[in-house]
Amino acid sequence: MTLIHYLILAAVLFAIGLYGAVSKRNAVVILMCIEVMLNAVCITIVAFSRYVTPLLLTGHVFAIFIIIIAAAEATVGLAIIISIYRTNKTVDATKIDLLKW
Amino acid sequence: MGLEIAFWIFASVSVVSAMAVVFLSNVIRSALFLILCFLSVAGIFITLNAEFLAAAQVLIYVGAVSVLILLAITLTKEIQHGNLFNKLRIPALLAASGFLGVVIYSLINTDWVISGTPPEQTTVKLADTLFNNGGYILVLEIAILVLLVAIIGSIILVREK
Repeated sequence: MTLIHYLILAAVLFAIGLYGAVSKRNAVVILMCIEVMLNAVCITIVAFSRYVTPLLLTGHVFAIFIIIIAAAEATVGLAIIISIYRTNKTVDATKIDLLKW
Repeated sequence: MGLEIAFWIFASVSVVSAMAVVFLSNVIRSALFLILCFLSVAGIFITLNAEFLAAAQVLIYVGAVSVLILLAITLTKEIQHGNLFNKLRIPALLAASGFLGVVIYSLINTDWVISGTPPEQTTVKLADTLFNNGGYILVLEIAILVLLVAIIGSIILVREK
């Protein structure tokens, strides 16, 4: 296995997540696709750390930070979605247009 | 040889389950395939000699984030409508495939500088890098503070008035 395999795998996962995040209606599914994109970025960083600077391990450190921020993002995002559902009775991203005029 | 077989299995499982997340019509099934995708990404981390990250991936994503997502799906009634696409479906497909083509073209045409083989065990070295002098201890504390603020903020957001 070389670096290029991991990078292409991460690019494919990122593209799938991007397609889902742009084209889905349900806000929870959009958050799920964003998690897939964050995982793809984690794979990229760890693959670079393994093949380019294997003795420094800075890529692992930054992957840990990405995982922490992704957990925080999922928590706040799902809390916002549930709070929107309480007031609007929907989580359809095309119908949440309170800030549109 | 074994590493290559493991890589191909995990890579194909992760790509197929990520496509299932996007294309399945049942939201609960999408969430379950998302868990499978997280697990296979953990396997990819193991093939990259990142054991601690694989364990953290299983604990945080498979254990916590997916339970949170399943809870959010069951708390909102959107599941009856299924996993619908909006009217940006074709432009999003074009944009994502164009992005993928550009990225793969530039990846193949770049000369990557590959260095030597890594140490067998990275967990101890990772702890040294994180917590020793000149490490990332302050950044880690700030990240923990961000996580605490996120927890408190989400509690305030979903609390009944």
